[in-house]
Amino acid sequence: MVSTEHRPPVARPAAGRIIVVNTETVPGYRIEEVKGLVQGNTIRAKHIGRDIGAGLKNLVGGELKAYTELLTEARREAMQRMLAQAGQLGANAVVNVRFTTSSVAGGAAELYAYGTAVLLRPV
Amino acid sequence: MNEFAFQALFVLILLVVGFGFGRVQELRHLRDLEDRERRLAAILVTDLRIPPTGIEPSSGHLVIGGAVIASDYFKTFASGIRSLVGGELRSYQSMLGRARREAQARMLEEARRIGAQAVINVRFETSEIGSRAPMSEIICYGTALLTRESVGTSAPS
Repeated sequence: MVSTEHRPPVARPAAGRIIVVNTETVPGYRIEEVKGLVQGNTIRAKHIGRDIGAGLKNLVGGELKAYTELLTEARREAMQRMLAQAGQLGANAVVNVRFTTSSVAGGAAELYAYGTAVLLRPV
Repeated sequence: MNEFAFQALFVLILLVVGFGFGRVQELRHLRDLEDRERRLAAILVTDLRIPPTGIEPSSGHLVIGGAVIASDYFKTFASGIRSLVGGELRSYQSMLGRARREAQARMLEEARRIGAQAVINVRFETSEIGSRAPMSEIICYGTALLTRESVGTSAPS
């Protein structure tokens, strides 16, 4: 089972400079070259301590902040992996990004992000 | 007999606690949401893919907001009974509705932080993550339109 503490080092070439949008185009730029599909995923299991807290929450209801943070962080990780792929392809943007979440056996969740890596030029 | 009475009492206590805390939290959350939504009302939100007229964006940036929500004991119990006869589960409806508004508010807060005037192509996604009790994650994401005045933009070289 994948622990939440396990974070393999991820190459992040110029990840900060890559534009990410979920539209087909980026306003102010035109797509010069389509590099192809890029994707990133991560599977996270719930922490035992968090699960006990969640058990209490199931009594009183409301938001599970610990899970929100866990999944937000995991989604960011999946996106970073996607961006690393885009960087390797020489892209400077990822367009039409989509997310999916699916629960895997044993209370683990897979976060998956995918999109199309492209090369943009300002218009 | 005595044992049954004890169990019934236990369930009753859980129901009262669930109902009480759940209701208090729900009302507090709704007030908080209304307050934040009023402050975020200036940002245009649409699920269209093209930028609306009147805004001339110079770039875009993906913004995401998410919330994981659990139902309280009372709602789980009430929905269990309702499921026997079918029909609309109002208690879950309000729960998911609240989570969706929360996710959208968080997305918009991120958009405001980077100085966006509009968020387009907004999508919602719900996924079930609870293994024992009902627990859902709702995410809301879209493309924040950045103008020349926006901060936090990072143009590709």
